[in-house]
Amino acid sequence: MHNNTLKQLSDALQQGEFTSVELTRHYLDRIHSHNANLNAFITVTEEQALAQAAAADEKLQAGNAGPLTGIPLAHKDIFCTRDVRTSCASLMLDKFISPYDATVVEKIADAGMVMLGKTNMDEFAMGSSNETSYYGPVKNPWADDRVPGGSSGGSAAAVAARLTPVATGTDTGGSIRQPAALCNLTGLKPTYGRVSRYGMIAFASSLDQAGPMAANAEDAAMLLNAMAGFDERDSTSVEREVPDYTATLNDSLDGLTIGLPKEFFGEGLDAGVAATVETAIKQYEKMGATVKEISLPNTKLAVPTYYVVAPAECSSNLSRMDGVRFGHRCEDPKDLLDLYQRSRGEGFGDEVKRRIMVGTYALSAGYYDAYYLKAQQCRRLIRDDFLQALEEVDVIMGPTAPTTAFKLGDKADDPIAMYLADIYTISTNLAGLPGISIPAGFADGLPAGLQIIGNYFDEARLLNVAHQYQQETDWHKQLPEAFA
Amino acid sequence: MSLEKSDVEKIAHLARLEIDESTIPDYARDLNNILDLVEQLSAVDTQDITPMAHPLDAHQRLRPDTVTETNQRDAFQAIAPKTEAGVYLVPQVIE
Repeated sequence: MHNNTLKQLSDALQQGEFTSVELTRHYLDRIHSHNANLNAFITVTEEQALAQAAAADEKLQAGNAGPLTGIPLAHKDIFCTRDVRTSCASLMLDKFISPYDATVVEKIADAGMVMLGKTNMDEFAMGSSNETSYYGPVKNPWADDRVPGGSSGGSAAAVAARLTPVATGTDTGGSIRQPAALCNLTGLKPTYGRVSRYGMIAFASSLDQAGPMAANAEDAAMLLNAMAGFDERDSTSVEREVPDYTATLNDSLDGLTIGLPKEFFGEGLDAGVAATVETAIKQYEKMGATVKEISLPNTKLAVPTYYVVAPAECSSNLSRMDGVRFGHRCEDPKDLLDLYQRSRGEGFGDEVKRRIMVGTYALSAGYYDAYYLKAQQCRRLIRDDFLQALEEVDVIMGPTAPTTAFKLGDKADDPIAMYLADIYTISTNLAGLPGISIPAGFADGLPAGLQIIGNYFDEARLLNVAHQYQQETDWHKQLPEAFA
Repeated sequence: MSLEKSDVEKIAHLARLEIDESTIPDYARDLNNILDLVEQLSAVDTQDITPMAHPLDAHQRLRPDTVTETNQRDAFQAIAPKTEAGVYLVPQVIE
């Protein structure tokens, strides 16, 4: 069952080859066998899953099921789920039972999908290795001494090991695409505003975006169909029609122009990853695309710009975690200041504290213009580079991450080294553009990802470009041996 | 420019974060490294560049001033650390 695409699972459910309850039990069994080792799930919602599956089976029998009815999935533990713990992988929210559902959770439930549980992640989505989680690191199913990437590392490991057919993730600086690359998955960060942020615990509000993490582009398209759309409860949601992302998957790539930014192929890029990406691009040429070298001259500003914008917004967003209305509260506070300081000091891990402090400093009196305003200006320069390039080419391609999965602990004590793991993904968040990572092959036995970036609201094109490649290659079908 | 121990203490206070005394040198080192990374931006000429707040330069939507939320006090207070008679309790603020 777990080697099927969503489309195959959907057809099998509709034709009664197996029930949603049987399918759900199959994945729950896999979770029970493998999660103790991988640590991909923080919470497994077995009882609710079986109840949702039974309800899906009734719909299937009555003949009023949709394409996703009865298919299991996992949500990153950053999405609020009513009556289920929503921890954001932090002690701060270890006992937080959300009183409401995120819009994404609600829409996916309305589509009839079955939630298996909540996946592990970097604490408050701050990290690129899943090592900042209060619940411990996640192991990469391809090599269990290596990280799965982050911050959506639990979702990535869960899909890669087929503990779930598909999962949700969020991406503020690469948190869907980088783990997708490190775990041999297809992961899409949509255009900013395409998917509702309501009920998705905010890290950096002007960058955060939710998207699908899947085994292939068709699965990602099916899940994005259920996730995307305007939501009046999200003030930055964009009012714009949602296409059927599966409808254009088979469009021809004839005449497609691919831009290769020279800044994405320079110093710091692992030779094995570079070779893999170059081979993938040659494949696109064989399929009728033309390739053009382009320049995104302000690429070097992306990481420094991000490390002003993201911490500044996180320091503001996380100020709501004050130990008063919800979340962790310290024992016996002696006064209100003590309550705030100790609740937050105990509740947050080191990386979260670092970023809150950087943000607090950048926003403090006398520094706002030099840091936040300056970064917002640099952000426009980065965005304008992309828009100019996208006048000449249809999509931009390059590596998703500079290296394959690194060893657990390798970068855990060096924040700057960790930040550079997102060097190719951060600029699309700053620009608000959509980006996808797809399996492009292996370097020394570890997966490497190809990143494809498109213009605003070009998700359908990205999925089409990804899907066509997956018709010609089988990298995306490879599974780590222990989980086949 | 480099942050000293006293700067870190001040920032931690502004952020309402209790930081263990022994970890301050580590925080100072890490914050300085991050600020060094960010320092590259100061060399960029951004004169006449409008700061970008929203990638699509969208503006806040307006909505009719009508009640849309129902009262869910009990549900919200069920997850609060300490409540009594419908109010959130904190240590005494006024003598």
